[in-house]
Amino acid sequence: MKVRVHVSLKPGVLDPQGRAIHHSLEGLGFSGVNDVRAGRLFELDVAESTTDEALDDMCRKLLANMVIENYRIEKVAA
Amino acid sequence: MAFNSAVITFPGSNCDRDMAVALEKVSGTAPHRVWHGDSDLPAGLDFIAVPGGFSYGDYLRCGAIASRSPIMQAVIAAAEKGVPVLGVCNGFQVLTESGLLPGALLRNAGLNFVCREVGLEVVNAQSLFTSAYEAGQVVRIPVAHHDGNYFADEDTLNRLEGEGRVAFRYAEEVNGSARAIAGVLNDAGNVLGMMPHPERAIEATHGGTDGRGLFESAIRGLVGA
Repeated sequence: MKVRVHVSLKPGVLDPQGRAIHHSLEGLGFSGVNDVRAGRLFELDVAESTTDEALDDMCRKLLANMVIENYRIEKVAA
Repeated sequence: MAFNSAVITFPGSNCDRDMAVALEKVSGTAPHRVWHGDSDLPAGLDFIAVPGGFSYGDYLRCGAIASRSPIMQAVIAAAEKGVPVLGVCNGFQVLTESGLLPGALLRNAGLNFVCREVGLEVVNAQSLFTSAYEAGQVVRIPVAHHDGNYFADEDTLNRLEGEGRVAFRYAEEVNGSARAIAGVLNDAGNVLGMMPHPERAIEATHGGTDGRGLFESAIRGLVGA
């Protein structure tokens, strides 16, 4: 089973990298970009028997730092 | 009574030797050197140091992989029993990732790697790690980090300040840290994490000796003067 885990900074957590990317986009002449937040995407290939609880546990114990980040699990159709 | 300490080394640690030298210079006893893959610490430790560097190449998040390594489970258990644990720089990141300390270290607000000596205000001079200093004293200690921007939610920051758990504050703008926090203590006061490197300010040839006080505090508190 293919699973995508999207990890993003919680709202309110300063994202200096997102801000730098934003500046760079503006420098390239793109207008109308209101904000940029950088995040991470993990693509996991896990056994079909992997439970939602186990996926949640993986996110909470390692893939995301729950102090500063949120995560979203997306199961990808084969 | 000899000071029985240990320095943990992860793949990518690079301040472990400096930490070991500092502990030996100040205490007179060489620390044990412990590898990340070990699952047990030496018996009867007085002090554990988690050094700076780039453990596991800073993969995933700084300190994240190291905090899940076998030896850290033993360090967490020792800390919970009251053994003093000092985390410096990447070691601070490891301690926040392991849950021993609140908050997280984000990328520096200015995005630059900051490598220079900075002024640090000793906020709490009554802790195990800071009793050799005076409250309000400003010491000069080097920093060298890319991800030292301390973050915690407002409630946590208020609690840390209210409980005297902010050990050090930057006396100048360094990395955008919330409330200029440079070092925090855990609830019980036996775990300190800090971004600046006291082990790099031990001898006059380092350019200053302001870091000695931290080790002297711990040694005096644990084995007597």
